[in-house]
Amino acid sequence: MSSTVPGEKSALTPGAFLLRGLIAGLVAGLFTFAVAFALGEPHVDDAIALEEAQSAAAPAPAAEEAEHEEPGMVEISRENQKSWGLLTGTLAIGTALGGLTALAVAAVVGRLRGLGARGSTALVALIGFVSIALVPFLKYPATPPAVGDPDTINGRTVEYFAMLLVSVLAAIAAVVVARRLAERIDGFTAVVLAGIGYLAVVAVTAALLPTVDELGSFPADTLWYFRRSSLLTLATLWGVLGVVLTGLVGKLYDRATADAERRALAASL
Amino acid sequence: MSQSSAAPVAPAIQLPTVPLLQLGTWVVFFGLLAMLAIFFVSADQGAISIPAGNAVHEWVHDARHLLGYPCH
Repeated sequence: MSSTVPGEKSALTPGAFLLRGLIAGLVAGLFTFAVAFALGEPHVDDAIALEEAQSAAAPAPAAEEAEHEEPGMVEISRENQKSWGLLTGTLAIGTALGGLTALAVAAVVGRLRGLGARGSTALVALIGFVSIALVPFLKYPATPPAVGDPDTINGRTVEYFAMLLVSVLAAIAAVVVARRLAERIDGFTAVVLAGIGYLAVVAVTAALLPTVDELGSFPADTLWYFRRSSLLTLATLWGVLGVVLTGLVGKLYDRATADAERRALAASL
Repeated sequence: MSQSSAAPVAPAIQLPTVPLLQLGTWVVFFGLLAMLAIFFVSADQGAISIPAGNAVHEWVHDARHLLGYPCH
């Protein structure tokens, strides 16, 4: 009856999950590009126009790294940046996150009481969106061109990834803790307590990390439109990734279950 | 882990799992690869530059802004 009879080849290999994650991530990357291009690019263009108006008014504040005469410096046209460049970025990030998400799914399917393959996959994608995209965004929201002092990029990069790392580790810990607690208390209370634990960890981390305040006189409406489109871009990535991966992993499990039942039936004859 | 000690008439659906040890190898291997890809899109030629210059930064510039990474 068990599906792990020695010598039996299971379709549920890590590679099978990874392949599905890469496919789901690639599809998500394409949709993400479409949303980023249609909703985000107009505001990036607005911000760059403001940036250029600023640097024209104030002569040479040495803010543009592209203007230094150093080897390896190139200028890439706006047309290329907003089309092929943007597509490269969304496909790379989509595929990378898709693969990582699928491996996380492989780790939890069958180990979360009460959740099937599809439910587990959707949950992992939801946790991925909250911990990798939403929580870091709430502390360090996306900034359009012209916002941000190039001299502080080192510190801001470290702080952003520190927030991201704590959030991801806390989310993984919350899932492990919820699973352990559910063996002793009821599942609902276990999940609520683990969720509160996650929120407490990221809230304290966010409070301890420094606040970035480099807006200057950047117009509030352009900033809000840019940030809203950035959040929609991230939601598209995780939403499409979650839906496609849930479908693919669900199909994979349907087939594995059907195979196991057929074998069990054959063995019982 | 997928065995149940009692055999109920209608057994609760017990999903097969992927062995964690087997999965670990894949996580390390693909994890490193994914980190590299994410690094080039999200942070290269900002805080750290490999290689020197701005070609990677400029090429993925818009994705870096719109996906919420600190750009410049």
